[in-house]
Amino acid sequence: MPAVSKGDGMRGLAVFISDIRNCKSKEAEVKRINKELANIRSKFKGDKALDGYSKKKYVCKLLFIFLLGHDIDFGHMEAVNLLSSNKYTEKQIGYLFISVLVNSNSELIRLINNAIKNDLASRNPTFMNLALHCIANVGSREMAEAFASDIPRILVAGDTMDSVKQSAALCLLRLNRTSPDLVPMGEWTARVVHLLNDQHLGVVTAATSLITTLAQKSPDDFKTSVSLAVARLSRIVTSASIDLQDYTYYFVAAPWLSVKLLRLLQCYPPPEDASLRSRLTECLETILNKAQEPPKSKKVQHSNAKNAVLFEAIALIIHHDSEPNLLVRACNQLGQFLQHRETNLRYLALESMCTLASSEFSHEAVKTHIETVISALKTERDVSVRQRAVDLLYAMCDRSNSKQIVAEMLSYLETADYSIREEIVLKVAILAEKYAVDYTWYVDTILNLIRIAGDYVSEEVWYRVIQIVINRDDVQGYAAKTVFEALQAPACHENLVKVGGYILGEFGNLIAGDPRSSPLVQFNLLHSKFHLCSVPTRALLLSAYIKFINLFPEVKGTIQDVLRSDSQLRNADVELQQRAVEYLRLSCIASTDILATVLEEMPPFPERESSILAKLKKKKGSSKLPDMDDSRKNVNGNTEFVCKNNGVIYENQLLQIGLKSEYRQNLGRMYVFYGNKTSTQFQSFSTSVSTALQLNVQEKPVDPLIEAGAQVQQILNIECVSDFSDTPVLNIQFRYGGTLQNIAVKLPVMLNKFFQPTEMMSQDFFQRWKQLGAPQQEVQKIFKAKNQMDTDVTKAKLLGFGVALLDGVDPNPANFVGAGIIHTKTTQVGCLLRLEPNAQAQMYRLTLRTSKESVSQRLCELLSEQF
Amino acid sequence: MLNIFMLLFSRQGKLRLQKWYVPLSDKERKKISRDLVQTILARKPKMCSFLEWRDLKIVYKRYASLYFCCAVEDQDNELITLEIIHRYVELLDKYFGSVCELDIIFNFEKAYFILDEFLLGGEAQETSKKNVLKAIEQADLLQEEAEAPRSVLEEIGLT
Repeated sequence: MPAVSKGDGMRGLAVFISDIRNCKSKEAEVKRINKELANIRSKFKGDKALDGYSKKKYVCKLLFIFLLGHDIDFGHMEAVNLLSSNKYTEKQIGYLFISVLVNSNSELIRLINNAIKNDLASRNPTFMNLALHCIANVGSREMAEAFASDIPRILVAGDTMDSVKQSAALCLLRLNRTSPDLVPMGEWTARVVHLLNDQHLGVVTAATSLITTLAQKSPDDFKTSVSLAVARLSRIVTSASIDLQDYTYYFVAAPWLSVKLLRLLQCYPPPEDASLRSRLTECLETILNKAQEPPKSKKVQHSNAKNAVLFEAIALIIHHDSEPNLLVRACNQLGQFLQHRETNLRYLALESMCTLASSEFSHEAVKTHIETVISALKTERDVSVRQRAVDLLYAMCDRSNSKQIVAEMLSYLETADYSIREEIVLKVAILAEKYAVDYTWYVDTILNLIRIAGDYVSEEVWYRVIQIVINRDDVQGYAAKTVFEALQAPACHENLVKVGGYILGEFGNLIAGDPRSSPLVQFNLLHSKFHLCSVPTRALLLSAYIKFINLFPEVKGTIQDVLRSDSQLRNADVELQQRAVEYLRLSCIASTDILATVLEEMPPFPERESSILAKLKKKKGSSKLPDMDDSRKNVNGNTEFVCKNNGVIYENQLLQIGLKSEYRQNLGRMYVFYGNKTSTQFQSFSTSVSTALQLNVQEKPVDPLIEAGAQVQQILNIECVSDFSDTPVLNIQFRYGGTLQNIAVKLPVMLNKFFQPTEMMSQDFFQRWKQLGAPQQEVQKIFKAKNQMDTDVTKAKLLGFGVALLDGVDPNPANFVGAGIIHTKTTQVGCLLRLEPNAQAQMYRLTLRTSKESVSQRLCELLSEQF
Repeated sequence: MLNIFMLLFSRQGKLRLQKWYVPLSDKERKKISRDLVQTILARKPKMCSFLEWRDLKIVYKRYASLYFCCAVEDQDNELITLEIIHRYVELLDKYFGSVCELDIIFNFEKAYFILDEFLLGGEAQETSKKNVLKAIEQADLLQEEAEAPRSVLEEIGLT
């Protein structure tokens, strides 16, 4: 490359840049810039018409000034004039200025669009590229309106130059992201997909990005891309590294394209076609094998490119979550990286393993690396890597290793960076609660948390420990004893005083038999902390004291003296004063019975989702941290919606999705409500449903804008073609702030929704029951009750499931018998069921007979999850 | 693989190039670049090239006095982004012949043109070094043909 181009032509610009660089102070710089701006302004306003060169130079200076961080409020018109210059460099600078400093001034946009239109029509590939780059850089709605219909034509036309095709593909992608409603692909779909077969790898690279974006929105339309992508990928991974010439990067064949193809495949489930599927599996195996080969170069670029492809392949394997063999190999590979000398690889391995941990096939394999991960926590020098290690420990935690993991996290907490302490506290609190077998361990863990990192223990955490102690009488005595001991420390955290005050106030009596923790000792201990505490804690302690008066009449006098003292009765804080006055009067006038009623032990708290979990989720934002509970719930496909049709199916802190649905024979209609929970508008909101072939789901359009706090409704029409087991997935995409949000939610459309209940007499029932006697027609399952066995609840569930309940058929009145017909477009399947509860054993036996084996199986799966 | 933005800045924290692939107001852009530059400059040399920052993934690498930094989406591939940066550095290097910070300061418009040939709308458009450089070279040829002789005053930079 000749060094010619350096600073060519615009010497005035170079001099100006030098001047700015020589400025000794910010003031001097501002002064120099103001001088230049005045000069340019006068040139632009001057009588003498400027030639193209001067205009270009001044526009370029303005651009430089803008990029330094100063405001520019003129020059736009001159830049637009440059667009219609027939000199390439002038045009180019004009476009650059427009791309960087777009102004939504409508007058200008019309002129800009005009210039772009001319360049697109010029058939000069260099000019066309400039125009396309400008559209892609600006990506405004006005541009989408003006050009969305032309660009697909340019993209697929036979005589378009390759470089123009590449620009057109990505230009279209950008417009599709900003204004999806204006870029209908319709008639172009097939030809765009076909670009995956293009001879020119650059065209394929650009097109793959476009297709991926389109496929995320409407997977069905782009289904055919799967086989082409697999074929392409297979050719790349099996090619000798020099085959692809300049697309080989440090001995790795087309790494960018490979990554993009693997990304595209992640829009789809594993291919159903067996040969395609095995070809893809071969590709993935080849990529895994290559990771074991000795490197072809010592350059870090070689290993980065190779591993980029490997990590994307692993992401696809995890996405498919269907090949145990590949999942375990992926896990082993990541295990090797955990001890790699490259920090980057260790970081990525920890991150990637987090998602592997939530797959049932690889959860165990991930767990084998626990020691390495723990040592990463202790030895990694980079806090962001340690953070990943904490995340992974959290993800791999289950009942078998929870004690070890919680202990390690606690000991790490003592030295952890301040920035991640609160999150570790939340994680420890959640794991301790979730995997507590005996709650003494839980209580110890939380008290340890308070001891080690009291400042980071939020209200949610100490509220929760109190809720749990109150709800479990087996741990109350232990809790009282433990807080009593912990409070002995001369300096203890205020959070411990809160927990201690509350627990001793409720359960101090359980340890009062021991003279070492007699009522008076307990009281003196608490009161010794009183003067060190803040007002809310003192208020809590006063309540503990009045509870003591009820629990231990022998200390009544002592406590009354304390309440009566000036520092309480005349306290400057109105809340403390009021409590002191009221508690003192209460203790004086109320009889023992009344006291006992008023100050009775707290009733159990209603069981609900841990508020700590909510807090952690909030902290993580729209985080990718795979919370095992969440992913499991999603895998099961919202079991709670099997027997009901309305409710909230998804919620994070941005968006709430609710639905109402109704079904009639083989048709259904679903109203989906999207609620924006934030104070910011959602933009480019779009949805798509991916579903199995046996279902047709037709979506009505949804408004691309959801105002802050607003709710919009979308109607989905559903048709059941034949029986199915995969529930459809609703993919939602929108822009919140600057970032794109992608959410996938399983839609609760299950086979039983297409039930029509059938009433019948006892003898008809038995006759049909016998007719359906072939072994494959019957499915039976015996399972343990997960919920309380309640006849009314069971009845309601069976009715919600869709069958008619037949009374007096079964000789045993405790059993349930039901009948119904599943309606699909192709067939109707009659269905009989019998549910026998065994209250003593807390078990159920469910028997289903239908004329179709797959229906029996699926209904049994669905229904047995309900009890 | 969506690049959300790309920033080049010096060790002193001066922005040398900024490319935004999502619509953001000028004010937001300034705030993001200021905060992010500070965050990265505070990191030690041997640390990992990736970090989570707000809800973005940041991939960065230092070449001599310049930091190259990309923000990508959550599911994006960090290593391939790192190599996006490297390929861009190679392109600059080849074009300017051992590129240095001054080349990018004085020829900032070229740095933008090269970037547009390589990445468009935040996605890799052409990953072949030869093809990108060919496109830029062709443009430069057009430029030379078009240049007319300048006056003496202009040559010494007095206008």
